[in-house]
Amino acid sequence: MNGNGMLHTISVLVEDKPGVLTRIAGLFSARGFNIDSLAVGPTESEGLSRMTIVINVESKPLEQVTKQLNKLINVIKILEHEQGSAVERELMLVKVRASGDDRARVMEIAEVFRVNIVDVTSSTLTLEATGKPEKLEALLSLLQDFGVVELSRTGRIALGRGDRGIRERVLKAAND
Amino acid sequence: MKVTGAHAVLKALEQEGVEVIFGIPGGASMPIYDPLVDASPIRHILCRHEQGAGHAAEGYAWATGRVGVCMATSGPGGTNLVTPIADAKMDSVPIVAITGQVPTPVVGNDAFQEADITGITMPITKHNFLVKDPALIAETVREAFHIASTGRPGPVLIDLPKDVLLAETTWSWPDRVKLPGYKPTTKGNQRQVVEAVKLILAAKQPVLYVGGGVIKANATEELAKLAAVGKLPVVTTLMARGAFPDSDELCLGMPGMHGNFTAVTSLQKADLLIALGTRFDDRVTGKLAAFAPNAKVIHVDIDPAEIGKNRAVEVPIVGDCKDVIAKLTAELETRQGEGGAPDRRAWLDQLADWQRRFPYRYEQADDGPIKPQYCVERLRSFADDETIVVSGVGQHQMYASQFWRFEHPRHWINSGGLGTMGFAVPAAMGAKVGQPGKRVVAIDGDGCFQMTAQELATSATEKIPFVTAILNNGYLGMVRQWQELFFDERYSGVYLDPDVPDYVKLAEAYGAVGLRAESPEDVDAVIEKAYSVEDRSVVIDFRVDPKEMVFPMVPAGASNDEIILGPESAEHTTDPSEAPIV
Repeated sequence: MNGNGMLHTISVLVEDKPGVLTRIAGLFSARGFNIDSLAVGPTESEGLSRMTIVINVESKPLEQVTKQLNKLINVIKILEHEQGSAVERELMLVKVRASGDDRARVMEIAEVFRVNIVDVTSSTLTLEATGKPEKLEALLSLLQDFGVVELSRTGRIALGRGDRGIRERVLKAAND
Repeated sequence: MKVTGAHAVLKALEQEGVEVIFGIPGGASMPIYDPLVDASPIRHILCRHEQGAGHAAEGYAWATGRVGVCMATSGPGGTNLVTPIADAKMDSVPIVAITGQVPTPVVGNDAFQEADITGITMPITKHNFLVKDPALIAETVREAFHIASTGRPGPVLIDLPKDVLLAETTWSWPDRVKLPGYKPTTKGNQRQVVEAVKLILAAKQPVLYVGGGVIKANATEELAKLAAVGKLPVVTTLMARGAFPDSDELCLGMPGMHGNFTAVTSLQKADLLIALGTRFDDRVTGKLAAFAPNAKVIHVDIDPAEIGKNRAVEVPIVGDCKDVIAKLTAELETRQGEGGAPDRRAWLDQLADWQRRFPYRYEQADDGPIKPQYCVERLRSFADDETIVVSGVGQHQMYASQFWRFEHPRHWINSGGLGTMGFAVPAAMGAKVGQPGKRVVAIDGDGCFQMTAQELATSATEKIPFVTAILNNGYLGMVRQWQELFFDERYSGVYLDPDVPDYVKLAEAYGAVGLRAESPEDVDAVIEKAYSVEDRSVVIDFRVDPKEMVFPMVPAGASNDEIILGPESAEHTTDPSEAPIV
């Protein structure tokens, strides 16, 4: 993660065709844009996948990103989630050193954050945490003190708030 | 009807109206060549290198406006197409490239002549396909042609594994394309058109900044009308030479790094740019922050991503130039009918004055070396307006664009965005195939010529005659020019030797006519002789002044205000060494 822009979350609806992930990832690297996270999975419609991409850019290059993405033949729709306009979640698995006194303290933190303990060894605890990105960051900063053995995050996924789906929303950027 | 996959490919190409394929066969693509033996309406032109086949397809597409088709086998066949595909992407040329692929069971196994050509060409195609099911061949071909030729045109590649070509399938031609993610906006928004016309009427110093998109959209008649109705001066970029006739008094010619003073300065001094099918390329704008500093911008383009990419825009209009320009003209006519046309005599007089004072310059001494500009002017003077001119990349390309007077669209073909040396000979061959009734002249450099000269063999065996005029200065001339101007005359890696190869003998070896001009008095006779040959290709070796340089010049990265007019006009010269080099 670099650049002094800010994080933007976009949802991209794509045809589930071979190579589509490569096309999107390739476009980002070719145009010099940084992906902070990318999550992809199936959707309510067969044959369509949805990607949630978090990008670290200024708003002007962001417009270029969405316009260039929109030119990919397999991209059906792009939606940029304005701040607060979407429900954003991420899942994190984290293995923390927790022996002796630390074990109780880690379990206490897990309880406060309402996260599950999914694996236990004599020296570590593995926590499963879900939530807004800010919550996970806060949890992680507390756990750093004990020593994080390993960490895996899904990357952010998002759905716009309100009663409409992505396909009914007006595309930003490319409507001028 | 049962057919093989290979047969389906040819039937689908026939459905798309393809009349010619430029290609070279190989192991993986051989199945497609078998049905070509039977009465296929498609002519296969056997090229000598896949790069030549690709550029020939481009030349065909430039000259006709139709989709050019090239074909290669797997592995190196496909990788040799990479340069023309990238070239077509940069210049928005509609081509379809068909490649053979190793059989699907061994894809990914590092099989003989295997290369991941869809992976390799992903960033340089508009789209590409790997077809794994023969039943999908027809619809894939249909989609490929649709994508290549609509919206902003571009190259599309179809990769076909050998087992898919050999397998049987049932032939059916889809009645429509299903591409839910591909719907180019072609109709311009009328509200934006109204806003644009308000700016045009308010402008005192407007310029129509015309790019290749106007030719791609077949919108040159609409452009002529807009310019005439609004009395709007026109600059035509390198990609748009011929979009507006050079003989029209409103035509200012080419802007950019080697554009003429009036075209470059008109943009700098304009208060309004009406940018049509153009992308504010660095070779036109020079230092972007200093480009047209006082101008508002109306930007019309079919590709929304080009609008606002390099330059902020007051009125963006996404749409096909043909539609939008017609709408702009209609609205402008209505408004001028109500309120009268603005008086811009002062601006037009200023432009005319610059044109008189700062034309392109060179001096041909009777007893001196041949000037390359003189060759272009003489080649033009013996040619008619219907002659198609093709160039490679470098000094000769700039001389051709500067000194040929273009009257019609699709009569100037060159490699603009990618700057591909070696483009001219194969592209000229493709143009001649597309326009067999017209004379085709490739103006080439000696460096460029040697990169793809093998296609002269194709020209001879397939009887595709065209003229290649080599402006032979024995150097990679443009690099030499930069070394002279920006590297303190330290020449490095640029000397080719004008005598090696002997271009006359080389031409003859390829079954072409070889001619040579060594002094100015030879030039006319050689050109007349070259133009009189109709049954075979001709190569002219013009021995030109190796020291000649292209002017005017805006040093790379410098502001267009720092235009260097050339040695005769030293008072306008700024110190080029201060400019960053890109």
